[in-house]
Amino acid sequence: MDQDYEIVIGLEVHVELATDSKIFCPCPTAFGAPPNTQVCPVCLGLPGTLPVLNRQVLVLAIRAALALEATPAEHTKFDRKNYFYPDLPKAYQISQFDQPLALRGIIEITTPAGPKRIRITRVHMEEDAGKLLHPGADGRLGTAGSSLVDYNRTGVPLIEIVSEPDLRSADEAYAYLIALKEILQYAGVSDCNMEEGSLRCDANISVRLRGDQVLGTKAELKNMNSFKHIRSAIEYEARRQIRVLQEGGQVVQESRLWDEEKGVSYPMRSKEEAHDYRYFPEPDLPVITISAEMCEAISQSLPELPQARRQRFRQKYTLNEYNAGVLTSSRELADFFESMVDCQAPAQAACNWLTVELLGKLNAEGRRITQSPVGPEHLAELVRMIESGKISGKIGKQVFAEMYQSGRTPEDIVAKQGLSQISDPGVLEKVVDEVLAAHPGPIAEYRNGKTQTMGFLVGRVMQASQGKANPKLVNQILKERLDR
Amino acid sequence: MPEITEETVKKISRLANLRLDADETARFTEHLEKVLEYMRKLNQLDTTGIPQTAHALPKQNVWREDQVLPGLDRSEALAGAPDVRDDCFRVPRIIE
Ligand SMILES: [Zn+2]
Repeated sequence: MDQDYEIVIGLEVHVELATDSKIFCPCPTAFGAPPNTQVCPVCLGLPGTLPVLNRQVLVLAIRAALALEATPAEHTKFDRKNYFYPDLPKAYQISQFDQPLALRGIIEITTPAGPKRIRITRVHMEEDAGKLLHPGADGRLGTAGSSLVDYNRTGVPLIEIVSEPDLRSADEAYAYLIALKEILQYAGVSDCNMEEGSLRCDANISVRLRGDQVLGTKAELKNMNSFKHIRSAIEYEARRQIRVLQEGGQVVQESRLWDEEKGVSYPMRSKEEAHDYRYFPEPDLPVITISAEMCEAISQSLPELPQARRQRFRQKYTLNEYNAGVLTSSRELADFFESMVDCQAPAQAACNWLTVELLGKLNAEGRRITQSPVGPEHLAELVRMIESGKISGKIGKQVFAEMYQSGRTPEDIVAKQGLSQISDPGVLEKVVDEVLAAHPGPIAEYRNGKTQTMGFLVGRVMQASQGKANPKLVNQILKERLDR
Repeated sequence: MPEITEETVKKISRLANLRLDADETARFTEHLEKVLEYMRKLNQLDTTGIPQTAHALPKQNVWREDQVLPGLDRSEALAGAPDVRDDCFRVPRIIE
């Protein structure tokens, strides 16, 4: 990236709220239903119907606003955003214009230069549109000239979160999205499932010479739903604009789409006048007054948020920044860890077993912590067995693999397979003596000053005990015998 | 001085997906100007101290609980479609 230029990015993120029914009608919001099976006269925009607000939409939207440190409005209302598009059966989208749900929030992100606070302009509620399918590529006659519409998504509740143009690189935009997703998931506002389109992002991008106070002309990258794609799209778009300027041209204000396969952005072909939305107050929906009591109750029910939890993990459990970050990346994972600690597993060991062994396995299989076959109590029990010396760390891994496979408790596995660590000196002395009797050579070497031989002999003893011997005791006994 | 010109009417009709002929354009230019005329009259009222409102009704906080109810059968939903294919509404191709 050319160092003379500064990139300025603002993001508009659309997030699907985790409700059972749609925002203005009782149709289900479940993902993946066959086309046009979750529709009714209201969301199909049939004449004579009236929308009624789903109260849970308001509750979740306020939750999101509070979690983002934004201030909910005392009075808020819905407006009509008018445009013609086949995915919008009413020819208007019910959204919010001049009295949005909440204003002025903050998301703190981590950058190489330290923490940075990104301002949020506003949070508002709106309904989603339907889904357009463009068949024809399959070569079937009669479909090439048409698009197909599935209205199941129409009326699914969304919030739009608009940031100030405070982001200065694709990496910062990426960090912002990760932080936003974590907060919304913690707050239980949305599952933020990218594959199902629960989180989509538009990026406003402009470039300017470093030191310039005026913003450059922006282009808007529309409708991206993968964080990685967003990062590459922003990088590409910024480079494109810099090149245009360097070649003496001007950036055109326009909407563009990202083609991930080709790695390029290109202008949308829809007409500009479509952006004259002629907002006006939605006459079918009365205004909303948000009481202080309602805000207070919602605020009380918010869980500890990622940033605060990360800080607490570092202090309370003396974990390093990296580990605290990994453990708090989702609420479920952080809960799992704290359940282990509640079950008396020492924090650092619990962190290691959870993040290295369990997450390693789960990630390899594409499973989430909530789908783990090993629960926090059992993993904590395993950690305790190792810490107390009942089994060795090496055997621990073996037991863990078995737990993961069978779902059995570590105690059960250790007992049934006789894996307990041997710490009985009498038993160990016998094994040590057998090993020494079989290896006169190394003994002589050791006594001639080649003390490294000790390691070899310890290995032999461990092997003879199938890994069950207490290594500390083995060392002790061996040393005694050899130095005699 | 009129605020509504034929150009305004042409723009509004384009945004509203309406095709007006020359006669209609002239007629609506006059009509819309009369509507604005009336608004100008309303604007003369002294509304100092009257809070701004988006609605005429004194109602607020009308909502329902988050409860799913069955909607239309697909065949009913598609009954009004101009054309149907693969259980979807079929429309002229949209390009992006
Ligand atoms: Zn519906």
